[in-house]
Amino acid sequence: MSVTTLPSRGVALRQPGWIARLFDYKPFLIVMCLAPAIGLLTVFLTYPLGLGVWLAFTDTTIGQRGIFIGLENFQYLWTDPLWWGAVFYSVFYTAIATFGKFALGFWLALLLNNHFPLKSLLRAIVLLPWIVPTVLSALAFWWIYDPQFSIISYLLVDVLHIRSTNIDFLGTPWPARFSLIAANIWRGIPFVAISLLAGLQTISPSLYEAAMLDGATAWQRFRYITLPMMMPILAIVMTFSIIFTFTDFQLVYAITRGGPVNSTHLLATLAFQRGIAGGELGEGAAIAVSMIPFLVFATLFSYFGLARRKWQQGEAND
Amino acid sequence: MRNDITRRDALALGASAAALAVTGASAQTASTIKAADVPAPKFAIEKGASLRMLRPVRFVQADEDVFRANAAKFSKETGIEVKVDFVGWEDISQQTAVTSNSGAGPDIIIGFSDAPHIYVDKLVELNDVTDYLGKRYGGWLPLAQTYGKRGKSDKWIGLPFGATAGPLIYRKSVLQSIGYDKVPEDSAGFVDLCQKLHKAGKPAGFALGNAKGDGNGFANWALWSHNASLLDEEGNIIINSKETIEALKWVKALYPTFIAGTSSWNDVSNNRAYSSQEISLTANGVSLYFSLKNDPATKAIAEDSEHQLLPKGLAKVSPMAGLTLNAMLFKHSPYPNAAKAFLQFMMEKEQYEPWLNANSGYWSQPLAAYADAAVWSSDPKVSIFKNTMQSTYYDGYKGPISTATGAVSADYVLIQMCAAVATGAQTPEAAAAEAEQRAKRYFRRQGR
Repeated sequence: MSVTTLPSRGVALRQPGWIARLFDYKPFLIVMCLAPAIGLLTVFLTYPLGLGVWLAFTDTTIGQRGIFIGLENFQYLWTDPLWWGAVFYSVFYTAIATFGKFALGFWLALLLNNHFPLKSLLRAIVLLPWIVPTVLSALAFWWIYDPQFSIISYLLVDVLHIRSTNIDFLGTPWPARFSLIAANIWRGIPFVAISLLAGLQTISPSLYEAAMLDGATAWQRFRYITLPMMMPILAIVMTFSIIFTFTDFQLVYAITRGGPVNSTHLLATLAFQRGIAGGELGEGAAIAVSMIPFLVFATLFSYFGLARRKWQQGEAND
Repeated sequence: MRNDITRRDALALGASAAALAVTGASAQTASTIKAADVPAPKFAIEKGASLRMLRPVRFVQADEDVFRANAAKFSKETGIEVKVDFVGWEDISQQTAVTSNSGAGPDIIIGFSDAPHIYVDKLVELNDVTDYLGKRYGGWLPLAQTYGKRGKSDKWIGLPFGATAGPLIYRKSVLQSIGYDKVPEDSAGFVDLCQKLHKAGKPAGFALGNAKGDGNGFANWALWSHNASLLDEEGNIIINSKETIEALKWVKALYPTFIAGTSSWNDVSNNRAYSSQEISLTANGVSLYFSLKNDPATKAIAEDSEHQLLPKGLAKVSPMAGLTLNAMLFKHSPYPNAAKAFLQFMMEKEQYEPWLNANSGYWSQPLAAYADAAVWSSDPKVSIFKNTMQSTYYDGYKGPISTATGAVSADYVLIQMCAAVATGAQTPEAAAAEAEQRAKRYFRRQGR
């Protein structure tokens, strides 16, 4: 038989301290719980972003403090053919690469959604381009595109004898532009494919069974079941893909550094080139800030354009 | 085929050089360097001083080995701890910018060429050290003075450690097979040579991509050998000139004779193409020759290779600017006297000569007396690099050096002007006008 000692009356009824009472106060508790997150966001997101925007309105150079110059940086960019060239290529790069990544990624996702031997292993292998560090894959592509030592040129010239000269992938503007887009597509396919594969696996097989009983063709099943059901995830993945592609830096900088003759500069590489290498921090920041409207537009377009409910619930239901 | 000196080669080279530095005595007895008897400045070393230094990573392993051995020797003799960090060449500018803007970090940073002119307000003047070293070792060479002193003044804001050059390197046998003993000094003759090399299937190749070293080297040579330049003596931008147009027409004539793809070449492309015998003529530092020489598989190519200064064209001397290692002492350093003592120590012949020799000609001396170092007589094909810092050419020639001259180089303005004309993207007139506009933008803010 055990004996328990009851707490004394005084201890049981002791009033909580002021700290405990403070934490019982709901508004204070909310503020305290949010404070770490707000602090982190302020230090690591709001401050750098705010500083970047502020720098865009100054003439700061590396090593020298700048002064507020209003819209001067933006006015100059408006007259700068290199900035317009970067705008053009950023939009072109994003559009073509995103289209390529989605076409191939969706196709790959549909293939991977089937039942076949070693399914898990193959799905893991598909992720490889995504796992490899970007700079490493950029260096690999740099070798693949080398004017003298390209493996593609070697195959075409020395092995298959289809061509007599090497391909100059990066020496002229349009081949260089498409070469970079091809590298970006290769790198981006796994993200799209795996994300869409996850979406495909949420579609109930009973929908396909019902459609097959009704005599729907493969195309009709894709058009009227797969595509509408996939639209929400397509919208999200496309939004992220557009952001990643538009703000790409490493692939282009490692392979061409914006060349030849500035034909492959993206806004991100041009911002770095002007802001860091050239020392014009203010102007570099302005170029970076000039990406924001494009990103907002592209994001809103892809998100609201593709995520509309009518894709899934009929034309009349927005 | 290999591109650079391998770790294996460099380690072998480094081991002997480090041994030389560590023993010290052997280096001293073998030395023929003349040092004047000048009293050294006495720096009142701060109590508890310790130093941190940042410098570009070695190209030749022995560079790092001997540099570290010298720093350790300084610590042993003075009790001042010195920590030397090596960072990639592409990263040193960013790290210097952060150090400068934040006012914290290394006491000393060795940057490149015009780096001190970017951070001029953040740096300690080094006249006491440079005056002493100049008097003791036969005076500072012209390129060292240009990059070391603040523009239009005698205030030393950088302490040059050495410079590397990019003269021509060519296959002797190939040139002989088309009737040349050496590369002609005139611009028309050079085009003729390149046309014949192209016809013989062993073309020339010069970087026209965004290549910091080789691309800028070619663009500057094209301009300077036609008496064109970015600036005049007063610092006015004169890139859009008839001399520039002539230079660009020369580039336009030359480009079809190059191996295909040079408009995308970066700094290692010409090394690779030359090593694999795809080309027989290019411009490069001594590292290419050493990488060929030290590999049994390519030793024959090295033996068949010759260096020659860049053809003069209309210039009086070979128009070649060396890439300079330039040390900066930051005002935020709590131990400026210790830092000055360290810099002085590293440039004294007991330390500097072994370091210079260990670099096998990759870096050449900024002080005249070191021209007698053993490295310059070790291999006749290396001796051409001895006078790199005698050059009166530099980024921003002929104008006063400033932050903007470095920015124009870093933004590849002149390379892109040449590449645009070479590839037919722009006429010479349009390319020169665009380069002028881009340069003016930099000089508007940074040309101080």
